[in-house]
Amino acid sequence: MTLELEHFLTVGALLFSLGLFVALSKRNAIGVLMGVELMLNAVNLTLLAFSRFSVSERPVAGQTFVVFVITVAAAEAAVALALAVSVYRNRQTVDIDRINLLKS
Amino acid sequence: MEGFGVTFAFWVLSAVTLGAAGGVVVSRNLFHAVLFLILAFIGVAGFFVLLSAEFIAMAQVIIYVGAISVLVLFAVLLTPRAGRDNGETAMALPALLLAVALATVFLFVLHDTDWATVTASPELATAELGEALLSTWVLPFELASVLLTAALVGAIMLVRSREEEAEDALA
Repeated sequence: MTLELEHFLTVGALLFSLGLFVALSKRNAIGVLMGVELMLNAVNLTLLAFSRFSVSERPVAGQTFVVFVITVAAAEAAVALALAVSVYRNRQTVDIDRINLLKS
Repeated sequence: MEGFGVTFAFWVLSAVTLGAAGGVVVSRNLFHAVLFLILAFIGVAGFFVLLSAEFIAMAQVIIYVGAISVLVLFAVLLTPRAGRDNGETAMALPALLLAVALATVFLFVLHDTDWATVTASPELATAELGEALLSTWVLPFELASVLLTAALVGAIMLVRSREEEAEDALA
């Protein structure tokens, strides 16, 4: 059996859907962030699969894009977790159902 | 890609990665969910090796498995009274429906499309990636360092306590 592009894309699509479910359904703000990280990983996997299997004038472009995605993901994780800690310090919770200060 | 070893590695990595992602969904304890997330990151790094992107795989292990996981673990440990509860909101059912619908559309599209693929590996050396980053994409590369600095400063500002701010105001 040979491995095709479709195999990797299938794993990427399933991983993205699982990450989307985690990001949309978890009550804990840190859980939501974990879902976002899973989605970013699925996107990176898809990008590298296309980079490996596609005909391209610039074959290195796909890998370069993944480097930038990882960089932005790291920055996003640092700021998001700092926000979670800051919210916890003020409200003693990171439960997104109970962070409703703007709700009248 | 041919060969028993590669195919076997692919299926094992698929099981590990998707199983760990499923563990993030179902585990009730947030701490266990983070550990499952780390396992999923390691599985994705294995996929990167399979796709002959060794540098990205190493970056994945160092940044995701090393740094981001520790950051998430610290955030879990610093929010103790929020509980280790990893439950769902009332939106769990709509979210499940949306995720299943999205997965169905994705799977249908990617199996129905006739992708123009090559079987031979493009043989990319890490040196080429470094050269591209510092020549063609040097501007986004520098912007990324500015973004990381801004994120670092922003994260430190956000988690400073009131006492530390008062001390700095006096100094």
